[in-house]
Amino acid sequence: MTDVTEIPPVDPVLEPDVPVAKEGLWRTRIRLWNRSFTKNWEIFSRNRLGVAGVVFVAFFGFLAILHPILMATVWPEEIYDPVRGNDTVILEKTVVPDGEVTDPITEISFTEAMIFGNFFPEEGDVVLVGQAPAPPNSAHLLGTDPFGRDILSQLMKSSQAAFTLGVIAAVSAVTIATTIGSVAAFYGGWVDSWLMRQADLILLLPLLPLLIVIGSLYEVGLWQLGLLIGILSGLGATAIILKSQALSVKVKPFNDAARVAGGSNWHIITRHIMPNVLPLSFLYMMFEVVGAIFLEATLSFFGLLSIPMSWGIMINTAHTQGYTLFGLAAWWLLFPAGLSVTLFGAGFFLIGRAMDEVVNPRLRAR
Amino acid sequence: MVRYLTIRLLQMFVLFLVFLTILFFLINAQPGDISAQFVGNPDIPPEAKQILRERLGLDQPLFAQYLFYIRNVLTLNLGVSFDHYPRTVADILLTALPRTLYLFGIATLLSYIVGFQTGKMVAWRRGSAAETGTMVTSIILYTVFYPWFAILMLWFFGSQLNWFPLGKFLTPAQWFDAPYTANQVFNTMLLSMFLAGAGVALVVWGTGKFVAEPVPRTRARRILFALIAISMLAFWLISPMSRYAADIAYHTVLPVTTLTLVFYAAITLLTRSSMLETLREDYIFTARAKGVPEKVIRDRHAARNAMLPVTTSFVLAIAFIIGGGIVTESIFSWPGLGLTLLNAVNVEDLPVAMGALAFIGLLALFAHLVADVLYAFLDPRIRVQG
Repeated sequence: MTDVTEIPPVDPVLEPDVPVAKEGLWRTRIRLWNRSFTKNWEIFSRNRLGVAGVVFVAFFGFLAILHPILMATVWPEEIYDPVRGNDTVILEKTVVPDGEVTDPITEISFTEAMIFGNFFPEEGDVVLVGQAPAPPNSAHLLGTDPFGRDILSQLMKSSQAAFTLGVIAAVSAVTIATTIGSVAAFYGGWVDSWLMRQADLILLLPLLPLLIVIGSLYEVGLWQLGLLIGILSGLGATAIILKSQALSVKVKPFNDAARVAGGSNWHIITRHIMPNVLPLSFLYMMFEVVGAIFLEATLSFFGLLSIPMSWGIMINTAHTQGYTLFGLAAWWLLFPAGLSVTLFGAGFFLIGRAMDEVVNPRLRAR
Repeated sequence: MVRYLTIRLLQMFVLFLVFLTILFFLINAQPGDISAQFVGNPDIPPEAKQILRERLGLDQPLFAQYLFYIRNVLTLNLGVSFDHYPRTVADILLTALPRTLYLFGIATLLSYIVGFQTGKMVAWRRGSAAETGTMVTSIILYTVFYPWFAILMLWFFGSQLNWFPLGKFLTPAQWFDAPYTANQVFNTMLLSMFLAGAGVALVVWGTGKFVAEPVPRTRARRILFALIAISMLAFWLISPMSRYAADIAYHTVLPVTTLTLVFYAAITLLTRSSMLETLREDYIFTARAKGVPEKVIRDRHAARNAMLPVTTSFVLAIAFIIGGGIVTESIFSWPGLGLTLLNAVNVEDLPVAMGALAFIGLLALFAHLVADVLYAFLDPRIRVQG
C-alpha cells in the first residue's frame, strides 16, 4: 500500500491544481495537426505530379490576386478593364486597288477599306483602320481580343471567377455529401435507402443538357451555378462515395465507446463519424473543383451564363468571332484561355490524385 | 435474369417519370405563360388570349396540365417546333437520334475496348517507360478542356493538314441525286454495326459454352470473327449504298477520334488503378504460387476482376459521355440530338429543347440499363440477389 500513497493518482479533472497538462487543449490540437500535416506533406510531396498541381494552382492564385492590384496601380480602367476596356490599335493605311496589296500593315485594298467603314474610298487615300485582335505587344503582353480588350487582364479576372466558382461548388457539395453520407450510414434503414435512391436518381440526370436548358431559361450567374453544381453533385455521386467511407467508420469500436459514455446520435455523427470521413471529403473537394470549372467553361463556351468574364467566354468570343480555325496564327485568342482551363483543372486533379495516396495507403508505390 | 431485367425496366420507367416531372416543373417555374407573349399587342383582345389559354389547356389546374404533359411525352406527342414551324418535334428528334447513337456508340465502344487493353498492359508493366508515357498522355487528355481540344483537333486536322472535312456529316454535292435519304444510309450502317456486335457476342458466348479446350476455342473464335468481318466487308462492297456510307464514314473520323481520345484516357487511368488493386489480391499470389503462366494470370485472373469497377464506371461515365457528345456535335456541326438541343436553346424553340432533353434523358436511362445488365452478366454475385 505504501507504493500507492507515495505516487498520488493524477486526475486533472478531479484535482485541477495538479500541474499535469501544462499546455492548453487547443495547443495540443495544433501540435497534433502540425505533426500530421508535416507527415502527410511528406507523403504528398513524394508524388511529383501532386507538387506540380500545387504549383499550377498557386500560379493561378497569384494571377487572381495580382489583378486588382494592377488595376488599382498601373492599368487604366478604360483600357484594361476585362469587359469594358478597349484599346484598338489604329493603323494608317493607304488605299490601293484590289489584289495589289504588297504590305498589309501599311496598305489596304479598296474592298477592305469599304468593309472597314470608309464608304467612299479613293485610291491613294489614307484611312484609319482599327486592328483588333492585335498580336502581343509591349502594352498588351498577350495581345487583345476581337473587341480590343486586353487578354492578360481577362485571363486574370477569369482566374478569380474560377476560384470563386470552384470554392462555392466544392464547399457546398462536400458539406452536403458529408452530412448525407454520415447520416445515411449511421441510421441505415429507410433513411439510407431514401437518400441513396435519391442519389441514384441524380446520378442519372444528364447534367450538361439540363444545365444548358436551365441556363437558357433562367439567369444563371457564378453563385447560382456553383450552388447548383454543388447541390446536384453533393446529393448525387459524392454522397454515395462518402457514405461508403462513413459505413466503414461506423463499425469502428470508438462509436460504441461514445455511445456507452452517453453520446447522443448527433454527437456521434458530428464528433466521431464526420471527422473520420473528412479526409476523403477534402479529396473529393479537389475533384469537385475540376468538375465545376469544366462545366462552367463549357456552358460559357456555349454562351449560356451571365458571368462577366471567364475562360469559357474568352474561347466563346474567339469562336463566335470566327477565329476558330486560325489556330497558331491567332494563338493568343485560343491558347491562353484553353490552357488556363486545362492547367487549372489539371492542377486540382493532380492534387486530388496525390491526396488519394495520402488518404489511401494501398495506392502508394511499393 | 428475366426477373432482374423486369425489375430494372420498371425502375427505369419510374425514373423516367421522375425526370419528366423535373422537366415539367422546370418549364412551369417560369413566370407567365405563352399568352404573355402577346401582352403588348393591342390587336389581340383578352378574350382571344383566354381562348388561346383554353385551347392549350393552360386554364386547367397544374396537376391536370402535368398529367397532360406526361401523357403527351409518352405518346411522343411533343408538339410542333417554333423554329422549323410545320415540323413536329418528334420528327426532328427521330431524325437526329440515329446520328447521335452512331457517334456515342462508336466512341464508347472504341474507347472502352482500347482503353481497357492499354490500362491492363500498363498496370502489368508498372514502372516501365511505356507506363510513364501512357500515364502522362492519359492525364493530359483526361484533364484537357474538351471544347478547346476539339477546336484544336478541328483546326489541326481539318484546316491545317486538310485531311478531314470541317463539319457536317456528308458532302451535299455528292448527295445531290442520291437515291437514299441520309438517314436510310445511316440506319443501315447502324444496323450492320449492331449485327456485327451481336455476332461477336454470340461467337464469344457460343464458343465459351460449347468448346471446352482453350486452344481450339481461340482458333474457332478467330475463324468466326474473320467470317463476320468478311461478310460485313462483302455486304458493303456489293451494296449500292457504299458510296454514300463511305462519305458519311469519312465525315465521322474526326469527331469520333476526338471524342474517343478523351474517354480512352479516362478508361485507361481507371483500368490501371483497378488492375493495380486487383494484382494485390491473394488469389493472384495463389495463382503465381501454383505456377500459372503470367499471361493467364494477367488476362484471366486479374483483368477479369479489374473489369468490374470499369463497368461500374460506365454508369458514372454516361453523363460525361453525353456532355462530351454535345460539345463534339456543336464543334463539328454534327446534326445530332445535342446540336438540336443547342440550336433550339439559342433560338428559344422551347418544344424542341424540352423534347431533346427528354430524349437525352431516355438515352441516359437506356445506357444505364445496358450497364446494369452487363454488370449482372459479369458479376454472378449481383444475379443471385435478383
